[in-house]
Amino acid sequence: MNIHWFYYAAPQNFFRLSTTLWPWCAAAAGVLALLGLWLGLVVAPIDAQQGEGYRIIFVHVPVSWMSMVIYLAMGFWSVMGLTFKTRLSGMMTQALAPTGAIFAALSLLTGALWGKPMWGTWWVWDARLTSELILFFLYVGFIALTSAIDDVKRAERAGALISIVGCINVPIIYFSVKWWNTLHQGASVSLTQSPSMARLMLWAMLLMAMSLWAYTLAIVFYRVRCLILQRERDSRWLKGWFEQEHLALVAGR
Amino acid sequence: MRVFWSLLRRDLLLAMRRRTEVLTGLFFMVIVASLFPLAIGPEMDFLRRMAPGILWIGALLSSLLSLTRLFEADYLDGSLEQLVLLPSNLALNVTAKMAAHWLLSGLPLVVLAPLLGLQFDLGVDLLLSLMLTLLIGTPILTALGAIGAALTLGVRGGSVLLSLLVLPLMVPVLVFGAGALEAQMGGLGIEAHVSILLAMMLGSLALSPFACAMAIKLSVE
Repeated sequence: MNIHWFYYAAPQNFFRLSTTLWPWCAAAAGVLALLGLWLGLVVAPIDAQQGEGYRIIFVHVPVSWMSMVIYLAMGFWSVMGLTFKTRLSGMMTQALAPTGAIFAALSLLTGALWGKPMWGTWWVWDARLTSELILFFLYVGFIALTSAIDDVKRAERAGALISIVGCINVPIIYFSVKWWNTLHQGASVSLTQSPSMARLMLWAMLLMAMSLWAYTLAIVFYRVRCLILQRERDSRWLKGWFEQEHLALVAGR
Repeated sequence: MRVFWSLLRRDLLLAMRRRTEVLTGLFFMVIVASLFPLAIGPEMDFLRRMAPGILWIGALLSSLLSLTRLFEADYLDGSLEQLVLLPSNLALNVTAKMAAHWLLSGLPLVVLAPLLGLQFDLGVDLLLSLMLTLLIGTPILTALGAIGAALTLGVRGGSVLLSLLVLPLMVPVLVFGAGALEAQMGGLGIEAHVSILLAMMLGSLALSPFACAMAIKLSVE
């Protein structure tokens, strides 16, 4: 079988794909979120030690996962963009960044909300918290850099470079913060020694994680669509597409 | 290699002709270090414990201050473009510029640090460790910062952007640089910290010139 690996790397083809896919992804995100929240907030029992407050993990954990996965995805598309010079890769990286930044911020926020009743403090200089904070800074740096450069091509490639440098640095930062923390004090609170989770709670969390995956896909498709519209506005295929859409609309009426 | 040496000589010579630029960075460090006791109080025990962090943050900020000038002048007068067009390896040429930058901003900090350490009542062994960690750590700051400096060339609000980009990446250097002194104060050895710092130095010196060369090509295009 002959696979065209770069078929969807052309904005023209990807535009069609994302136009069809994004509403489905959004719908899937909504359904999965409803299911997950129902399981997590209604069906799941109250935790023996943490009471009702533990339920924030159904948002907190998936959001934190996604904030890390998205940074890796940005690194992946950056490598793709720099090696294959595909136009779509840069757009993907740029479309991913705001979502990643929001998830990192949400992860810090929900973590603080959970930490106050459980640990008695909004913030501890724990390795995970600190590295999540730095991850947030990395996202902000990426967005600031790409939006400060007017030339689209230069902005994309500069963004690609800085996110690759960031990807190499993230593990180093994580371990440095971890060792720094253990040197200063024994971790007073550990996230890893929580009792093994009930199967129901795990399911709720997985559903929420899947919902966020679907949400990310939907929003990224949507954003890339906007970017393509913006950048290819003078191209012939886009004008043809608009005419087709227009005709279909008129015919439908 | 001949281009490397002549570039290095040129940058050092230029800096010697405009000495104030080099000295401002140093005085910045001195002032930052002297402001901390004024802000947090003169108790010596407390200051001694804060000293590693304060001195390292001072070094970080002072090197950041000089980083904005690493490629700026060459970018503005067009000689950076000529550098890209040279037949010799751009990554090597960039390394020459980074070396000059370190000699002008990193090395003076290393020499100056013990003097500032005395303000915080650090003992001789601690002063020596401070110099050692700065000697290893400041090249990392230059190497990482150079990538940011090259990326933000000619960009709106470049210098603020540079700190936003580069400071999070410098966290590990800060952790292990200041951590080494804290470990020594706590009666532990500094070998572990120094080894990790050395590893980071070698890694960043090996990789950064290539990223830097790429970024410069982007901004010159």
